[in-house]
Formats: sequence, structure tokens, C-alpha cells
Amino acid sequence: MDDNAKDLHGPRRQFITFKSADQVFGADIMVIREIRGWTDTTPLPHAPDYVRGVINLRGVVLPVIDLKARLGRGLTDANPKHVIVVVKAGDRTIGLLVDAVSDILTATSADIQPTPELARDGQAAFVEGIAVLDQGMVTILSMDRLTQSLVDAADSLPQAA
Amino acid sequence: MDPMDSIKQTYFQECEELLLAMEEGFIAIENGDADDETINAVFRAVHSIKGGGGAFGFEDLVSFAHIFETAIDNLRSGKLAATPPTVKVLLRAGDMLSDHVAAAREGRAIAKGVDGDIKDELASLSDDGGGTASDDTDELDGFGFAPMQIVVEDAPARAAAGWTINFKPHAALYAKANEPFLLIRELSQLGKTDVVADLSQLPALDQIEPDQAYFGWTIRLEGDVPREKIEEVFDFVTGDCDLKIEAVTPAPAIQEERLPAISPMEVEPAAKEEKKDTAGTDSTVKQTIRVDLDKVDRLVNLVGELVITQAMLSQRINESHIPRGSSIGNGLAELEHLLRELQESVMAIRTQPVKSVFQRMPRLVRELAAQTNKKVRLVVEGEGTEVDKTVIERLGEPLTHMIRNAVDHGLETPEERLKAGKPEEGTVTLSAEHRGGRIVIEVSDDGRGINRPRVREKAIERGIISASAALSDDEIDNLIFMPGFSTASQVSNISGRGVGMDVVRRNIVDLGGRIVIGSAPQQGSRFSLTLPLTLAVLDGMVVAIGDQTFVLPLTHIVESLKPKPEDIRPFGRGRHLLNVRDCHVPLIRTGELLGAKDASDANKGVVILVESQGIGRLALLVDAILGQRQVVIKSFENNYQHIEGIAAATILGDGRVALILDVDGLATRCRHELAGTQLSEFRPTGT
Amino acid sequence: MSKTILTVDDSRTMRDMLKLALGAAGHTVIQADDGVNGIEALQNAGPVDVIITDINMPRMDGFGFIDHVRRDPRNRVIPILVLTTESEPAKKQRARDAGATGWIVKPFDPQKLLDAVRRVAP
Repeated sequence: MDDNAKDLHGPRRQFITFKSADQVFGADIMVIREIRGWTDTTPLPHAPDYVRGVINLRGVVLPVIDLKARLGRGLTDANPKHVIVVVKAGDRTIGLLVDAVSDILTATSADIQPTPELARDGQAAFVEGIAVLDQGMVTILSMDRLTQSLVDAADSLPQAA
Repeated sequence: MDPMDSIKQTYFQECEELLLAMEEGFIAIENGDADDETINAVFRAVHSIKGGGGAFGFEDLVSFAHIFETAIDNLRSGKLAATPPTVKVLLRAGDMLSDHVAAAREGRAIAKGVDGDIKDELASLSDDGGGTASDDTDELDGFGFAPMQIVVEDAPARAAAGWTINFKPHAALYAKANEPFLLIRELSQLGKTDVVADLSQLPALDQIEPDQAYFGWTIRLEGDVPREKIEEVFDFVTGDCDLKIEAVTPAPAIQEERLPAISPMEVEPAAKEEKKDTAGTDSTVKQTIRVDLDKVDRLVNLVGELVITQAMLSQRINESHIPRGSSIGNGLAELEHLLRELQESVMAIRTQPVKSVFQRMPRLVRELAAQTNKKVRLVVEGEGTEVDKTVIERLGEPLTHMIRNAVDHGLETPEERLKAGKPEEGTVTLSAEHRGGRIVIEVSDDGRGINRPRVREKAIERGIISASAALSDDEIDNLIFMPGFSTASQVSNISGRGVGMDVVRRNIVDLGGRIVIGSAPQQGSRFSLTLPLTLAVLDGMVVAIGDQTFVLPLTHIVESLKPKPEDIRPFGRGRHLLNVRDCHVPLIRTGELLGAKDASDANKGVVILVESQGIGRLALLVDAILGQRQVVIKSFENNYQHIEGIAAATILGDGRVALILDVDGLATRCRHELAGTQLSEFRPTGT
Repeated sequence: MSKTILTVDDSRTMRDMLKLALGAAGHTVIQADDGVNGIEALQNAGPVDVIITDINMPRMDGFGFIDHVRRDPRNRVIPILVLTTESEPAKKQRARDAGATGWIVKPFDPQKLLDAVRRVAP
């Protein structure tokens, strides 16, 4: 692309794409720390169903969120072939359980369009937009908002009187 | 950063240390434990604070410190006796100085006249003690000026065209390493000089004594130089020389016979060796080094990881059935042993004596006593007891609050005490000691004890208990830990700022500790805090619930037992009680409480009897006990958030995460499950 | 010309300030925090051109230190400047009697400090 085109379309960002529930998602490469295979989690009491539990990531206790369940599509039947994408957003580091990691793609802000009304089934909270690329449609996730929603959907036990 | 800023920080750090040393010194003096060195140390402390303060222009501080220092000097020289009232004034002066330092550090001014009273008191101390004559000569000596042997001349009406200076050093001048050459050099900076040496007194070579003074000089200084400047040059040596400074009037030029200028003979200093490279060496000899806390924390974490890795190794080896007696087994045992030692040593780096928290208390007590018009004595024991830094930092607030309570609510007024046949002065005792791998801190007073009827009344008023509830003394005492509770009839200025004992307890529990009250009417109260030595590591019992492993902190565990079916009684809505030696304790299916799908079978499981803050004893039903270990505490709250009933996590030997249960949190959960059931109906027992 | 200066003072703040002022003028500064350490420093540190010492110090105070230095044949010709405050005239006299070469008034003006150093050392 020549410089003119770059200015028009905004800075280029790189995304790692992964599959979950037959959909392709992407996350900005800057927030991704590492990719690991699935290991059994230790469940957390009274957590929402999409919080699968915690695992040991070299001494750090990492919560793992099942993306498929987060999208309301049921729990992933996890096995070692599944992948945990470790992301760091703000102060939090969490793991995202997905089916598989696909590719690294480049896109500019111009490529990302806001999610159409109809397609919004509960994902809106943490979806940045949809990127229409040569390779197909990629739902771009906002990791900040995904981790934030963890706090909001917490164990809602009333505080001790 | 401006280097002066860095030094300013150093100054304030040093002030902290000095203020502490000063206070300790005064307390020792008060107790009659002081010797000369103690008083000297106190003097030096105030003196140093004054000195540094002057450099940064903290005028109010310096002016106060000056008066303070004078009083201490009188104490030192014996002009002032260390009577109790005197020491009390000095202690208060110390507090004032502390306030000055704080104000200087925060960049604010102390309101005019705030230190007026204490200044007057100090001044009158100095007067009573006979005062010191040296104060009067302050002004004069501001210039480092001692009377000189000069011939005073009539000040010439006209400006001098120059000066004639006759200078003859005595031996003493040389003995003090002064150099005529240097003095004459200084003079030559003031104007054109002409120097003539007078060698008349020089004896024959073989009669010269090296430390005698033989030379003199006559120096002609041209120019309109103020006399003071010349006098200044000879500042240091007045008294050690004959000095005559005469103005030369311009008109009659007196022809002096002048010999050609001879450079004065220099007294060679002892031959110096080639200078070695000592650039920047700071050879202060110290016994300690300063280390960034980050480095220590990293070290602690690394050692924690080592412990986990070693546990994993241990497990693998066990699983592979390699006999313990083999060389691998032995090697492993050795490794474990060394690691434990390493861990203890590393933890010890981070431990500090509780003194750093305790040291604020004497002043607090003094202020409280003054505010409440009570006479209070603070006894401190065990301040050398060492605790992890992380614990120490969070100890301050609860302790402060408990001491406030003790003075404000616990102790009676002097009149009341006398009437009760007690000494007028109340005693508050603050102590720390290691006990059974924990640290126990106690705050006790010899006051009126907990007013149980009043507490009960308040609790009923606030709906915490029902009017018909029959509670034991201990249970009533523990009511003061209920939120929103305050027995002060009006919210007192000191203790009633909305921070109740419930917050204190919360602070302690958050640290992994517990707080227990003991009280006897008219005799006093005692609060005992138990805290872990460190927040990083925990001794726990590893249990299985369903297919998960959990860890229970040993500190809360009373005992474990296998329940017999006949000991289990139904109670209320689907709940059960366990009969433990004729006490009935709520039986909790821990798995259920934690939201697990399969309930433990009471017939097959094990019960762990635990002591909780809110409910007393609970019988936690688990599937099996897997062992006991020391585990490294890992928080997950940063990445996730707080879960009631779960304190933290740890990593077990197999690399998996196990959750550490929070007994008090579980108890709280229990109460919510039993929503509507009041404490009294529950009849917790076993206390 | 750069000199090697030994500063002896029990106050960290004062030592830092002396080092700052002297170091800025290109002098090499050696420090000690009381009289005993001052003597050690003199023994171990190589030739010292000027000594600057406080009076009030633990273990061995300024007087004791100066006295000691003046008795040592190797060191007795080193100029010694004493740090004094206005209210210590008796101390100043005592220091001079013990052999101090000159003095610097606390709190010190860095220029005056350097002047005093210049005045006593070539």
C-alpha cells in the first residue's frame, strides 16, 4: 500500500484469529501473551458457567473463560487439542478457551465495521466490530471489555450484614 | 532530580530515626534507666535535626529545636534535673518537634503560636536550671570570631590607601596545621601585596627546633580594602599569632627600606605519597546494607516457586515408586531440608521487629490521656518480636484502634479509679510474642472491663439478637464485633468515627488472623490477636471434596473425626447438626456450600471441626484428608476477583491449582444459606 | 585543584550535603560517621588533604578525634576544619585548643565551605 492509502485507512494492526463455535474471532496481537494447550482447570465455586476455573501458568493462577459458553452456545467439550489463548488486558491476565488458533492477519481500522444490529446476540458487550477481509469475516473482540465483564458478572453474594 | 531533593529525602528519613531515638531516650530517662550516653544521644538527635533543618531553611523548626536543644544541654550538664514533670515537658517538646518535622516535610507551616506554650515551658525549665551563660554570647560568636590581639587605631577619616600587616605566628599556629603561606595567599587575593619576611629570629641551623615558630612577615597591602576583610583572613589563627593591622594614609609616603620581596619559606608538609585513586569512595563503615524491596520480593517469590517445584518433584518420585531410601530418595530429602532452611532465611530477610509499629503507640497514649483527662501508663513488651513486613504494614490501624478503645472506653477516670480502690493511673499493656508458629499480640487494660448488660441492650436495640436470647459471657463479648456496634453513648471524638471493632476484626481476618476477647468486670479487658508470621506461606490440611482438592488453614482446625450416623441430627430446613461430645455443631456439606454438584456422603466422609469468627464451631464434611503441608499462597483475585469462602489458591505437587478455603467466609456463606435463622436459635456451642 | 577530603559527621544528611558541595568543586570525598570510623578511614584511605569534622558524635566525638589526629605523627599536619553552630563558643575554643585549624558554621554556605577549604589547604 502506498502512504496515501495508509493514511486513509488508519494504522495497520495485527490480529491473531481463532475459531470457536464455527465462528472466526480475532484479537489484537498486542494483548496476546501466549498460546497453550488445554489442561484441566480447578473450578471456582459459584462462578458463571463460562468461567471454567483456574490453571497454573508457571506459578500464576490464571482464570480460564470458555469463549463458546460466553457467547451462550454451551460449554466446550474440552480436550488437550483445544487451545487456551492467554491475554493480558489492563492489570488482568486471563485465558480464553477456543477450539483452535488459525492465523495472523493484518487489518486497518477502516476494515473493521460495527456489528450489525441483527447479529448482536449478546456478544455486543465485548465485540469491537467485524472485519471483512479477503479471508472472510472475522469478529474482532475487545479483550478489555471481555475481562471487565468478568468483574461485573461476579459471584453476587450479598455482603455480610 | 535536583541533588538537594534527594538529600532532603535523606534528611526526613534521618529525622524519623532520630525522633525515635530521642523518644526512646526520654522514656529511658523517665524510667530512670538513663546514663550519660543516653542523654548525649538525645542531645545529638535534636542537634542533628536542627542542623539539617537549618540547611533547608526550615526556620520554625530550627527556632524550636534550638530552645529544645538548650534545655537538653542543661540536662546534660547537670544544670537541670530529670524530675518526672521535667521529663514530661521534654516528651511533649519531642512531640512538638515531631510535628515541626512533619510540617516541614509536607511543606506546610505550623500555625503561629502553636508551639508557643511548649517553648515557654522549655524556656522556664532552662531558667530554673540556672540557665546557661553561653546563650548570651550567641550573637557575638555568629562569625566564628574570637578577640584578636590587634592594636586598635583611631579610625582614619580618609579611606586607607593600603595596609601594613605585621604577622608573627606562634608555635601553636603551626601545631594546628595552619599555613602562613596560605594566609598570605588569601591576602594577596584582596589586593596587590608586597611581602617581606623577618628572619631575625631564626637561629643557627643546628639549633632549629622543627615545631618552634621563628618567622614573621610584614605585608603591604595596596588598595582600598575594608579592614574586616583582612581580619577575616586571620579568623582562624587569632590567638595563635601576633597581628598588627595598620592603615597606611596616602599623603606622606614613608620610605620604608624594602628588601626585595622574598617568598616566605614554606613549611613543607610531611611528604605525601602519590595519591591513590580514591575518587568517589564512600568508606563509611556500616553493618547493614539497604536493599530495594522489589529485590527481596522477587527473591521470596523465587523461593516460593522452588518449594512448589520441589513438591512436584517429590510427588513424581513417589508416584514412580522409587524407594525413599534410595539415593534419589535421599537426595530429595536433603533437597527438601535445604529448601526449608532457604525459605526460612529468605523470609527472615523480610521480617522486622514489631517495634516499628509499636513505636507510635507511646505518643498516641500520651495524646489520648491528655484528651480524655485520664492518667495512663503504657507498658510495651516484646517489641523485638519479628514479623513479615507485609503483616507489619497492616497492623498499625487495628492496633491504633484497640488502644484508642482501651483508653477511651476501657479505662476509668482517675476519680473513678480511686473510688474503686485502683491506682489513679491506668495501665495499658501492649505485647507481642511468638507462639506456636504464629505471632500473638495483646492489648490489655486494667479498666472497667466490658459492660455486658449494656452490650446486650445495644445488641437487642440493633436487632442483632432477639430479646429472649440467652447468651454466654463470651458470646456477649463477641457482639462488639458486629458491624455498626458502638457502646459509646455519644460518638466520642476519638473512637467513634464510624470505625468499629468490626472493621478491626475484618482487618485482622484479612491478614489471616483472629481476634479473641477476654474480659472481667472491673478488672479490665484483653484483646488477643493471632497473626500468621508471613502472608506468603501457610500450613494447611489438604482435603478432597468430590474430585477436587482443597486446602484448609491449620490455624482454624480444631480436630478431625469420623462421624457416626447416630451423632447426626436433622435441624430446620434440610440442615444437620453433629453431636461432638455432647455439643451440637452445625454440619456443613462443604462441597454443596461451594456449589459442587455431588454432595458428600456423610456416611463415608470425614468431618473437620473448625473454629470460625462468626458462628463458632462448624463441622465441615469432606470426602477425605489427603495430608498436611506448607503451601505457598497465590492470589487469584487480581486476575479474577474475591470469592466468599475462598481465601486464595496454591499450586500442589502435581502442578494443579488447589483453592485455599477461608473458614470465616464459609461461615458467612452458611449464615446466608440459613437466612432468617438468628444467632440465638443456632446455639453455637463448643466454646 | 582537587583535594582529598575526609568528612566525619554522624548525620547522614550532613554527610550528603558536604559530599555534594565538595564533590561539585571536584574534590574527592571520604566519609566516616563518627570519630572511631574517622580514625580508621585515615589509616586506610591514603593521603588526606583536609579533614572536616562535627563535634557531637557517638563513640568518639570531635574533640577526641582531633586530639587523636594531632598526636599521630603522620597525620598531625593535616588541616582540620570543625563544623560548629553559633551556640557553641566554648566548644569552638575547646576544638581549637585540641588543635582544630579552623571552622565552618552550620548550616554552611557551600561557597564558604569551599573558601574555608581553600584557606587551609594549598
